Amino acid sequence: MNITLNGEKKEVPDGITVLGLLQHLTIQPERVAIELNESVVRKKGYSTAQVQDGDRVEIVSFMGGGAYGASRPCRRNCNLRTAI
Amino acid sequence: MSLRPAVRNLESAIENHDMDFTEDQILRYSRHILLPEVGGEGQEKLLQAKVVLVGAGGLGSPVGYYLAAAGVGTIGVIDNDRVEISNLQRQIAHHTGRLGVDKADSAKETYETLNPDVRVVTHKERLTSANIKGIIKDYDIVVDGSDNFPTRYLVNDACVMMKKRLVSAAVFRFEGQVTTIVPGEGPCYRCLFEVPPPPGMVPSCQEAGILGVVTGVIGTIQATEVVKLILEIGGTLMGSLLLWNALDMSFRRVKVPRNPDCPVCGQHPTITELIDYEQFCSMSH
Repeated sequence: MNITLNGEKKEVPDGITVLGLLQHLTIQPERVAIELNESVVRKKGYSTAQVQDGDRVEIVSFMGGGAYGASRPCRRNCNLRTAI
Repeated sequence: MSLRPAVRNLESAIENHDMDFTEDQILRYSRHILLPEVGGEGQEKLLQAKVVLVGAGGLGSPVGYYLAAAGVGTIGVIDNDRVEISNLQRQIAHHTGRLGVDKADSAKETYETLNPDVRVVTHKERLTSANIKGIIKDYDIVVDGSDNFPTRYLVNDACVMMKKRLVSAAVFRFEGQVTTIVPGEGPCYRCLFEVPPPPGMVPSCQEAGILGVVTGVIGTIQATEVVKLILEIGGTLMGSLLLWNALDMSFRRVKVPRNPDCPVCGQHPTITELIDYEQFCSMSH
């Protein structure tokens, strides 16, 4: 079937779920937000939300950086940068 | 082209409004005042506006620069870092002579030197759930150019709770994203990105690199949004996320609907208190 993915036509397997689409595209679900026909699909719905022929899908990547230079680990030494 | 008609237009734009501009101000802002959409009234709005920048880095630098040039009267700068040499490839508010100086002080010097009408208020603190409301309460508009998810979510949630307009942006390698959040009217950051990605899942610019000019383009788009919000002209990025790719030189605008189930701005919010860095961090331990 054909869908519109990020504004461009794309052929994908029939009867696929949102999660299946991400797997098909080798995209890690944790790194993106998904819109199906201009509605946001919540993470817990990825495995049940069906993608239909003609659907419009937007996949938007998380982007966190403001390009500061002097980031440092947080006080707990986890790998989240906490400089602003 | 003769200058005379322009001067007449300028005089009539000023005369139509009861403003107390100095001669220097009339000259400094003449190209604004000449625009019918701005005029003397709009310039007065800019001079009265109070905008706070979260960060004086890659994004905050150009935002502050253009807002200062535009005559935004009060600019807050929240940053507790110092200028390092690796910043100078993109953080244009600073320069080599300011290495080791607090970024907030460096930005203040730059912006106030550009335009003496501007008062820059420095906040040399790391934003936390304890201090953010006290800092942003005095401003009309918040500009987020932070480089990490804990701050990004903290700023979004605080702006929703305090009904502060927010222009949020992020950059990565050759790409950037920008959106404008008007609490109560349009979606918030969590409407699209409900919860932060697991720690380590999304690399930072420090790890992945960033083309310096990308911060300039995206920061300048943020500044444009701020100026339009102040002037109440045109359309903003409320309800959409603008994506830009420098390599393709392509823009994509993704419509973002309000999410009725949004945990912070939805019909039944589950997040009613600010979530702190430490709690975010501890989620990974």
